[in-house]
Amino acid sequence: MTEQGKLERFLRTDPRDVGCDEAMAVLHIYVDLVAAGQDAAGRYPGVAAHLVACGPCGEDFTGLLRAVTEG
Amino acid sequence: MRAGNLDEDSSAWLRRLGAQGGEREAAERDLHARLVRIALAEVRRRSASTPVAGPELDDVAHQAAADAMLAILGKLGDFRGESRFITWAYRFVVLEVSAKLGRHYWRNPPVALDAGQWERLPDRLGIDPERHAESAGILAEVRRVVEDELTAHQRRVFVAIVVDGIPLEALAAQLDLRRNAIYKVIFDARRKIRRALVANGYLEESGVEQS
Repeated sequence: MTEQGKLERFLRTDPRDVGCDEAMAVLHIYVDLVAAGQDAAGRYPGVAAHLVACGPCGEDFTGLLRAVTEG
Repeated sequence: MRAGNLDEDSSAWLRRLGAQGGEREAAERDLHARLVRIALAEVRRRSASTPVAGPELDDVAHQAAADAMLAILGKLGDFRGESRFITWAYRFVVLEVSAKLGRHYWRNPPVALDAGQWERLPDRLGIDPERHAESAGILAEVRRVVEDELTAHQRRVFVAIVVDGIPLEALAAQLDLRRNAIYKVIFDARRKIRRALVANGYLEESGVEQS
């Protein structure tokens, strides 16, 4: 990726992004779908878009998925 | 999944936690032990991205497990069986760890609020150090837009999160705002900066925004 591309990617926003509150409200459901190998992003596209864009919520997703699969 | 279709493990948790006497106490001990284990693993997983270290990290984990336990027991009636019970319960402890590490950040912060370390922006954006020079023009324009076109609140949040690299959860704790409120400010700032860069010829129009 070019240096300008990195900046573009950072500035790009996804209108499907539901934000932190909505994503965290269904995080347990989303994680169970992922853990079960189901299409979580297809069922919750706005949550998927948010988890890609929001570092803290992405960390919480990673942590919860790790907890239920390795904990 | 409806409550009537709970998996066996979730049904057992609800039955045991809803029981009386020794059965309930044993279930609470089991759940608390699991929460502590998850919290300890979670603080260690996040240890590279927080200034909190050593015994304080373990304290954060134990506090998070205790607070999560109280929240879970207080909200058992809210569990609707949309996920496995243990996933629902672990969500509380993961979010507690996240929030507590954000608050603890300010006990020994590596960067002060409002530091404004603009020279570090290329690194924050992952720009190759050998190519900083060719990015200097567009990054100067980003700074101009931030300083001239963002609101004071947007500017303060953008500089803290993006320029100074303060964790979003830590800034939320410091400003007494919800994580979502901070995220929305950054989201709007990114759109505003992008529009300005396009208007001033720094970025192409195509694929600029999807809204």
